[in-house]
Amino acid sequence: MKNKIVQSVWVFGVFTIALLNGGIAYSAVKVGLVLDRGGKDDQSFNSSAYRGLKKAEAELKAEVKTVEAPDDNSFEALQRAFAEKKMDLIIAVGFSQKDAVIKTAKRFPEQKFVLIDADAGLSNVQSAMFEEHEGSFLAGVAAAKHSKTKVIGFIGGMDIPLVKRFLLGYESGAKAVDPSIKVLSNTIGITGEAWANPAKAKELTLAQIQQKADVIYHVSGNSGSGVFDACAQKKVLAIGVDSNQNRLRPGTILTSMMKNIDRVVFDAIKSVQDKKFQGGLVRYGLKSGGVELAFDEHNKPIFDTSAKKLIEEYQAKIIAGKLSVPDYYVTSKRK
Amino acid sequence: MKDILKSFLGVFIGLGVGLLVVVAVGENPLVVLKAMTGALVSSPYDIGMTLFYTTPLIFTGLAVAIPLRAGLFNIGAEGQLMVGAMAAAVLPQVVSSPFLAVFGAILISGIWGGLIGWLKARRGAHEVIVSILMNFIAVGITSTLANGMFKDPDSQLGETAPVAEVFHSVPFSFFAGAPTGVYTVFALFLPYLLYGVMKRSVWGYQLRAVGLNETAATLYGIERGRVWILAMMAAGAVAGFVGCMEVFGNAHKFRMGFSPEWGFSGIAVALLARGKFSAIVPSALLFGMISKGSLALELETEKMTREYAMVLQGIIILSVTLTHAYKKRAK
Repeated sequence: MKNKIVQSVWVFGVFTIALLNGGIAYSAVKVGLVLDRGGKDDQSFNSSAYRGLKKAEAELKAEVKTVEAPDDNSFEALQRAFAEKKMDLIIAVGFSQKDAVIKTAKRFPEQKFVLIDADAGLSNVQSAMFEEHEGSFLAGVAAAKHSKTKVIGFIGGMDIPLVKRFLLGYESGAKAVDPSIKVLSNTIGITGEAWANPAKAKELTLAQIQQKADVIYHVSGNSGSGVFDACAQKKVLAIGVDSNQNRLRPGTILTSMMKNIDRVVFDAIKSVQDKKFQGGLVRYGLKSGGVELAFDEHNKPIFDTSAKKLIEEYQAKIIAGKLSVPDYYVTSKRK
Repeated sequence: MKDILKSFLGVFIGLGVGLLVVVAVGENPLVVLKAMTGALVSSPYDIGMTLFYTTPLIFTGLAVAIPLRAGLFNIGAEGQLMVGAMAAAVLPQVVSSPFLAVFGAILISGIWGGLIGWLKARRGAHEVIVSILMNFIAVGITSTLANGMFKDPDSQLGETAPVAEVFHSVPFSFFAGAPTGVYTVFALFLPYLLYGVMKRSVWGYQLRAVGLNETAATLYGIERGRVWILAMMAAGAVAGFVGCMEVFGNAHKFRMGFSPEWGFSGIAVALLARGKFSAIVPSALLFGMISKGSLALELETEKMTREYAMVLQGIIILSVTLTHAYKKRAK
């Protein structure tokens, strides 16, 4: 009899522990992040997504796993591996993963995905698109307000639609302030190497400065350090991109057009945890804080207060829908 | 026969040293080995992907091995496969039959390769320099076209519009979605077909003769320039199949940077096979397995990353070279 009691206490104890363990294991959201070839140290969108994931790991106690795709053919295999591990959420970063996500999401219709920077058009995929043109518009306003020569510059990585979208927003922002302003624009290269070629970026920046440009906006990934070098050397202003680059060169970097992928990644993981996941196309613009200009202690001394006020006015107008910034993805199709 | 044994020994030593690297970074080699081998065959999809990674390496391995027989070192397979892929993506707008599109694409990449042979034969330029430089030209031309004239207006990336469905080569359904189909079957047979051509045809004889002794071959009345041009054309055409496989069998369009340097891995494949056509398939399979297997590393381990594939390839090439070198010294 005594044995039986001891036994049942034991069984009860083991059960409770098992239940507790099970309970804890179930409450953690399991997230798989598939980065594209750039990898987590690209100082651009992959890095940003990785930051968001790490934040979720620390604050939401999410169980996270990251893989970096070695080539464009491996996306599907990596996503499928995560799906087979029954992850609660799979996050695929970069437009180049679009086709693979469509295939995997159709094969695993119960699996939740987030696709950054492209529209998969499926209900189990949250397609997060950023309105880069809106943020670039404000960058253009900032550039125009700070330019004394009325010539501003733009350095893009490659001549691709995404970069043109930044450029068109930037141009229209600058022209909204002063229609006579001149915008110089160059792209660095024709292959992926263009995003990691600071030497060429510096050369192009120096050439633009020679043509009197005194504020230069770069959309060139890792090549941007060359733009900052040249601007610091010639004492003109630069505008950073993707993440807050203000602290890289205080006094030279006027502001940064941030694309808050980290925030989107974090929010998506949180939404899965709160069982509020939203599929389909979600646009992150100025309104939702997906893109914004960076203001901090590093650029405060050089940023003109009247310019900041004007930017806030434009921002309010865009958010209220009173001003629509031309979007290259829309305008290029009309042709 | 002894050669093969030496190669196998080299591969095993290489794998062993590779696992020591795993121990050095503080991972369990058994876990790594299990993850890598599991990623190869654990499902029909995995088998399909392993074969998918192997197929282009067979083609590019041959694109290096064929000219090697004629005494030429072709570093240009990367450029040749890109030109082939661009041609494959564009030709469907002009021709209506899939067969013609494939033929046209390999003809164009063949001419691209032949140009290297022509520059060597008629202008005296060194084929290594020329083929390296032609890679840059190929990247330049194809990415300009993919971002300009033939760009898909609906895409944010530099890629061409998808080709019509009639041109698609349907992958085998057995592989559950892996883009593995007729090109893989063709690739598995091609080296043996070419082996026959080399042994039995006049062309193969001439090619081998020039490779073995240029002067003697010339004395026998073989025009070496013509052989060089043809050998490089054949290399370009074989590399062009990678482009066809990519465009018709996989992505259905030309994507900028689609090739993870398959052209250069082809050099390693051909060298590991010691230039022998019969050894190209196993050699490419080994590299394909490493590429596919390494995908599982980041999933299953904490510290191993995708770069391990490159490390392992390097170690294996080195150890195979060393085992063969050892034989020569022992004599």
